[in-house]
Amino acid sequence: MTNSTSRVNPGTKSPAPKTSKPRRRLRFRWNEGYIGFVYLLPAGAFFLTFVITPLIQTFNLSLWDWSGLQGAPSTWVGLDNYRTVLTDPESLSALSHSMVFILTFCVIPVTLGMTFAALFSRQKIAGLVFFRTIVFLPQVISSVVIGIAWRWVYQDRGTLNQFLGFFGIESTRGWLGDFDWALPAVGIIGSWVMTGLCMVLLLSGVGRIDSDLYDAVKVDGGGAFREFFSVTLPGLRPELTVATTITIIAALRTFDIVFVTTKGGPGKETIVPGTEIYRLAFRENEIGEAATMAVVLAVIVFTLVRTVGWLLRDRDGLS
Amino acid sequence: MAQTTSVLAKRQKRTRRKNMDAKSFVFKILMYAFLTMAATVVLIPIISLVTVSLQSSDSSTTSLSWPTNPDWENYLTAWTKGDFPLPTLMLNSLLVALAVVPIGVTVSVLAGYAFGTMKFPGSSVLFYVFMIGLVMPFEATIVPLYYQLRSMGLINNLWGVILPEIALFCAFGIFWMRQFFMASPPALVEAARIDGANSFRILRSVLLPIAWPPVLTLATLMFIWSWNEFLLSLVVLDRSTRTAPSGLGTFTGQWVSDIPALSAAAVIIALPTILLYVALNRRIISGILQGAVKG
Repeated sequence: MTNSTSRVNPGTKSPAPKTSKPRRRLRFRWNEGYIGFVYLLPAGAFFLTFVITPLIQTFNLSLWDWSGLQGAPSTWVGLDNYRTVLTDPESLSALSHSMVFILTFCVIPVTLGMTFAALFSRQKIAGLVFFRTIVFLPQVISSVVIGIAWRWVYQDRGTLNQFLGFFGIESTRGWLGDFDWALPAVGIIGSWVMTGLCMVLLLSGVGRIDSDLYDAVKVDGGGAFREFFSVTLPGLRPELTVATTITIIAALRTFDIVFVTTKGGPGKETIVPGTEIYRLAFRENEIGEAATMAVVLAVIVFTLVRTVGWLLRDRDGLS
Repeated sequence: MAQTTSVLAKRQKRTRRKNMDAKSFVFKILMYAFLTMAATVVLIPIISLVTVSLQSSDSSTTSLSWPTNPDWENYLTAWTKGDFPLPTLMLNSLLVALAVVPIGVTVSVLAGYAFGTMKFPGSSVLFYVFMIGLVMPFEATIVPLYYQLRSMGLINNLWGVILPEIALFCAFGIFWMRQFFMASPPALVEAARIDGANSFRILRSVLLPIAWPPVLTLATLMFIWSWNEFLLSLVVLDRSTRTAPSGLGTFTGQWVSDIPALSAAAVIIALPTILLYVALNRRIISGILQGAVKG
C-alpha cells in the first residue's frame, strides 16, 4: 500500500521506506499537538471579529438605551427594551408578518416540492437538466433585481393585471400599494424564489431512494398512500429537513425584497423584523431597541430551526 | 455480472412497455405540464423585466409585451447617464468580489483542512461554533457590526464590506472544504507523511492538486453571494461607493422617472451571476444542494 501510493505523491523526492509502519488507525489524523489551531487562525480571526463579537454585542446593546451617535452617552436599562419591543404593536405586527412569510416562503414551496417529488418519484424526466436549470435560476439573481422585476409585475399596468385580463378580470390594482394585497403579494415573491429550490432538492432526494423499497410496498399490496408514507416520506427526511430549515430562515430574515418592493408600506402593512431593525438603528437612532429586535429575531430563528430538526428527527435510526 | 444486468435491463424494458398504458401516459403529460408551468412562472418576471427594458424611454407600461420598436438605447442610458453611476457601482462590486473570493477560499481551505484531517483539543466544539454562521440571520448582527466597523474606521470603505463578507461566507466554506478533506484518500496523506512531509507540504502538494473541483465550486458560490450582497453594502457604504445591487436598491424609490432605463440597469447587474450560472449550473446547483443536505 505504502509503495503504490507514494508513487502518486508528487511531493516525494526520496523513495518510500521499505519497512512499512504498523497502521495505527483507519482514518488518518494528526495527533501531535496543536498544529491544527494554526490552520484555524485566519478563519477564526475573521469569524471572531465579524460574527461572534457582533453577536455577543447585540445582546449587550439590547440592554442599553443609546442613540449610536459618536460620543453619545448610553444608559443601562436592563430588560426595558424587551418590554418595549414585545408590547409595541408595530414590532408585533412585524413579527406576525414573518409568520405569513413562513407560509409563503416555506409551507407553499415545500408542499409543492413534496407533491411533485411524491407524484413523480419514479418517473424518468427527459430534459430534467433543462427544467432544473430554469427553476433554480432565482437562487443566483440578486434579490434587488428580483424585487424590481416583481414590482413591474404587480404595477397597475403590469403583467399580473395583463394576465388577469386574459380571464376577463379587468383590474387596474397596483398590488403593492394595496393595503389588503401588499403583504400576500410580497410573500408570493418568496414562493417564487423558493419553490424551485425545494423542487430540485426534494427531487434529487427521491432519486436516491432505493427502488427496491417501492417494489417491496407493491409486493405487499400497498397503494400510493402507503408508498408515500412508508417509503417516500422517510426517505426524504434529510432533504425535507434542509428545505424547511433554509426556507424558514429565509422567511424570517427577509429584508432586501421588502426594502426594494414596498419599504414596509403601504402604511406599515409589510414591515418585517429586518426592516424594523434597519429603521430603528439607522433611521431613528434607537440602537437598544434595534438590538432587542435582532435578539428576538435570532432567538426565533434558532428555536424554529431546532424545532424543525426535532420534528423531522430520525425516529427509527434508519438513515 | 454484465450478463445479469443485461437480463435485468431487458426485463425492465419489457415491464416498462407493458406499463406504458393510458394511465401512465396521462401521468407523464401531467408531469410535464407541472414542470412547464413551474418553468414559465419562474421565467415570466425575468422576461418581463427584459421586455420593459426595451420599451421606449417615456413608456410606463411594465407588462410582458415585446415592444414594437425595441429601444436598445436604454442600456446605453443606464450605463452612461442614468440616475446613478452604474459603471462605478459595477466596479465596486467587482473589487469586493475579487477580494472576498481569494481570501475567503484560502481561509476556508486552511480551516477545512484542519477540521477534516487533524485531531486537536476542542476541534468539534470549534467546528460547531463556526456552523453558527450557517444558521444565524445576518440581520441580527448588523447593528453592532456597523458600530464596530465605525470604530475601525472602515465605514465608507470597501474593506468594511469585504472583511465581514469573508467572515460570513467562510462558515459554509469551512464546512464545504472539510467535507472534501474528510473524503480524500487517507493512504495518499499517510504516504506523504511517512516520507517526512509536514502538514503544510501535504496540503500544498498532495491535497490541493486534487482539490480544485470543490475549490472552484466554492469560489463560484462566494462570487455570487458577494455580488448579490445587499444589507451590508447598504449600511456601510455611501451612495456613490456602494456595490451594484444595493446601489440600485437605493435608487428605486417609490417614483421612478425612467422605468426602461432602470430595468436595463437591473438586467446589467443581474447579468454576471446569470452568465456564471449558465456556464457552471451543474456545479452551482450541486454545490448548493450538497452543501445544504450535509449541513
